[in-house]
Amino acid sequence: MLAWTIYISFAGALMLALLPKGNAALARAIALVVAAAGFAIAIAGFASGAGQGRVTIIDVPWVPMMGIHYTLAADGISRVLVLLTGLAAVSGVLFSWNIEFRTNEFFAFFLALIGGVYGVFLSFDLFLLFVFYEIAIVPKYFLIAIWGSTRREYAAMKLALYSFVGSAMVLVVLLAAYASSGSHSTGLVSLANANLPVSFQMWAFPVAFIGFGILAGLWPFHTWAPTGHVAAPTAASMLLAGVVMKLGAYGCLRVAIGLFPHGLDPWGWSFWGIGSWRDVFALLAVIGIIYGALVALAQTDFKFVIGYSSVSHMGFVLLGLVTLTQVGVDGAVLQMFSHGVIAGLLFAIVGRIVYERTHTRQLGELEGMYLGRRLPFAAWAFVIAGMASMGLPGFSGFVAELQVLIGAWIAKPWWTAASGVGIVIGVAYTWRALQKAFFTDRLPRPDEHPKEGWPKFDPITWPEITATCLLFGATLIVGIYPSILLNSIEPAVKALLAGGMQ
Amino acid sequence: MNYADLFRVTLSETALDIAALLVLVVDLGFLRKAALQIRVFSAVLIGVFGCAAAVAVMPFQAEGGLSYPGSTDLLLATGGYTAIAQVGILMLTVLTLFFLVGSDFTKHVGEFVSVTLMAATGGLLICSAQDLLVIFVGLELLSLGLYVLTAFAKRSGKSAESAMKYYLFGGMSAAFLLFGFSYLYGLTGSTNLHEIMRGLFAPAVLNSTPLLYVALVMIAAGLGFKVAAVPFHLWAPDTYQGAPAPAAAFIASVSKVASFALLIGISAAALHAMDQVHGAGLVTATLSGDAPRFMGFHWGWSTLMAILAVASMVFGNLAALAQDSVRRLLAYSAIAHAGYILLAIAYFSRSNVSANAILYYILTYGLTIIGAFGAVSVVERVNGSDRMDAFLGLYKRNGLLAGILLVLFLSLAGIPPLVGFWAKFNLFAAVLQVNRGATPFTLVAIAVAMSAVSLYYYLQVLKRVFVMPPSNATSVKGSPLAMGVLALITIAVIALGCLPGLMQSWMASFYAGM
Repeated sequence: MLAWTIYISFAGALMLALLPKGNAALARAIALVVAAAGFAIAIAGFASGAGQGRVTIIDVPWVPMMGIHYTLAADGISRVLVLLTGLAAVSGVLFSWNIEFRTNEFFAFFLALIGGVYGVFLSFDLFLLFVFYEIAIVPKYFLIAIWGSTRREYAAMKLALYSFVGSAMVLVVLLAAYASSGSHSTGLVSLANANLPVSFQMWAFPVAFIGFGILAGLWPFHTWAPTGHVAAPTAASMLLAGVVMKLGAYGCLRVAIGLFPHGLDPWGWSFWGIGSWRDVFALLAVIGIIYGALVALAQTDFKFVIGYSSVSHMGFVLLGLVTLTQVGVDGAVLQMFSHGVIAGLLFAIVGRIVYERTHTRQLGELEGMYLGRRLPFAAWAFVIAGMASMGLPGFSGFVAELQVLIGAWIAKPWWTAASGVGIVIGVAYTWRALQKAFFTDRLPRPDEHPKEGWPKFDPITWPEITATCLLFGATLIVGIYPSILLNSIEPAVKALLAGGMQ
Repeated sequence: MNYADLFRVTLSETALDIAALLVLVVDLGFLRKAALQIRVFSAVLIGVFGCAAAVAVMPFQAEGGLSYPGSTDLLLATGGYTAIAQVGILMLTVLTLFFLVGSDFTKHVGEFVSVTLMAATGGLLICSAQDLLVIFVGLELLSLGLYVLTAFAKRSGKSAESAMKYYLFGGMSAAFLLFGFSYLYGLTGSTNLHEIMRGLFAPAVLNSTPLLYVALVMIAAGLGFKVAAVPFHLWAPDTYQGAPAPAAAFIASVSKVASFALLIGISAAALHAMDQVHGAGLVTATLSGDAPRFMGFHWGWSTLMAILAVASMVFGNLAALAQDSVRRLLAYSAIAHAGYILLAIAYFSRSNVSANAILYYILTYGLTIIGAFGAVSVVERVNGSDRMDAFLGLYKRNGLLAGILLVLFLSLAGIPPLVGFWAKFNLFAAVLQVNRGATPFTLVAIAVAMSAVSLYYYLQVLKRVFVMPPSNATSVKGSPLAMGVLALITIAVIALGCLPGLMQSWMASFYAGM
């Protein structure tokens, strides 16, 4: 059933592309129906899959001569991420309700991207996974280049090239794994069971991890992320931060760690405490956490604050993955979901609710607008989203990051110590942005008062309220009752870490 | 050997030549006073029927090809990769002919179609040729046709200039090729590929390997020119830019298919001879100790091909980054694509895996590039230029054409699920199947990295098509036939990409009887 999320998204994209121009309302309605249908299927699939392990949805030969199968399957990790994709898709459409320029094309690209993302999360053939992974590149480029803002063409091209270089690295690994497994198959399960030589895994793992990690915001390959997020239109930045970065993290987990587990083995020698690829990537993840947070602290553009915070939060995901402990990887997957929801929410508030009304994102200018009084909805929303982002208990971010930190402690205590610093800085930059944008102390001087009173902002519309509530609900439910997701994540992670993907 | 046998293996070529003559008779004879449109239509129609007839008679060709009298060595091959390449050439020729309808660069349509068909005959011939003389005659037949086609836009100075450059380069490279061939003949005393390849293992030749290497370099130069491999590529950008669109599409597709089929033939013959010689124990009998690996044709040949491959894909992709003319961009990207394919020639397999991967690549590439040239020429006719800026805001001026360009260019860049991606994957997998060593692996990694570079320049064009606003609002209209053919090509590119097994099993069916 979950496979239909892919098909209806692509069908919706095709329909919107062929729709005659100038009927924006119809295009929006179609996009919303398609996204909502995908979300409904994702929920149903999640609910019906509870307690089950990996369920094969479809498995037919695709290119018989090369042993490539069209294999869609879902385990607990896939189901959680498909759920996240559905959520991001619906809220993304709702937050793009005001797009008037080339509306049908916008939603066509949007749904094509969503379809590719669903495909990656459901593919259990490495080849198929790669195909969907690349399908997602092109719509991103056009979404940013056509509907974006600040330096959009530069940001779009940078994002496209970074993604493509990453996927080129993945392709090299794919070709090599295909050639050296000798099993004449690219199924994830059969490759995992192919007993690839350790020497091969030793170089294939880092190449695959970096290849996917580029899209997950792995420091120092993260630089596409802030510029891309800032330039993208709201819905696209929600998708970029919400699900596209998760594609990378998912690839790191499913392909790099799942297929080449021996790549994480110690080298047998160490240099300054670094004795395996695991240490290398943990170090990069910790640097990403602290670096992203520090840079976010210094930004003057509201959206850049959120953009760099994404790099920091994705660092937790990557750190959780390389802990290789049950609790750490659980936390990483949960953090993927949590960050997808929270980052989506933050980008929506900054890019849609605030920017579309104030037409500036400079914190210095927002300071003089007294948004706390004039846009109380935005202020409330940002306070709650900011708390979730800081990792306060009761929100999903807390559970996720706590598990990552515990996992990191089990692996190497200093990882926890260092990334704890990142959390503290996280509180600082969120607080600073909150204070500057909404709750400034500075009172307006008499000459700053407009003569006809403060101009009214456009009222908050129903799509904005609906989507905000949807995302709030998600982060709160998971924060208060994390088992709802963890129950399906845990067995899947356990199976994956045990090897063989059985 | 008698002429009846010769006739029986060259039925397709004969059909094409008859059609070529018929076109001339009809166009210059019966329709002399008719309107240009009718003449174009009838000429294209006859051309298409000629190609269809050539495909139709192919099953009646003598099975197993034509041998020398009293020998099992082939003179002309049939079936297998030869047949695939020949059918491919005929299909691509038909597609290029369609783009003649509605174009206005010449009034001499009869001659144009006739020369196209004759050049295609040359292409068919070199696909099956197993003899140096036949190869050379076929190559010249193809090349001379291409020079004429390039110069066909008589009102355009560019066309004449590019034809002259092409002709001079071509003449020189033919001289190189002939020089190399003469050394091979001198070393082995034969003009048959198989006999030469075996003869190169003879003790007398083993003592004169420098001569063999000179011959190899000369031949690589001559054939490198045909496939536009660096450093023999200099003609390509000018020709692609100056030639009339149908001619450029023909050069980029049909001529490439034929040349790569020839390279497949040579590589297969070299490997086959090596196996025969090793199997017969000849080498161990004539040499004490292990046979040095640089003996014979294969080692030097594959090294040269690998060098050409790397040079082409690196230089082609980097040079394409700097282009402002879309046709020149396509020319440099063609050089890069030739580089990828040469990699599979360098690591050639004894089974038909490599041959199939190469043909899959070059045929789908030919299909895509014909579509790309067709689309570019539609824009060019309206805007009078193929500069990047002529494509500004095309999505508004002709949405269908913009969509077609999107699909074709992304396929060239190798984005799945389009056919260009499968072709690349297939090709690189074939290379790694032949040899899993560090060197081929590095070369494949370079190729993959370079195809990441290529995305940049393809996106540069697509950016102008979709992202930037139009510079003027007049709509871009192509003739209905041209748009229909373009749409069909686009659908084929998508369908073959989604069902890659389709074409593979089609190709496998040609080997069924062998």
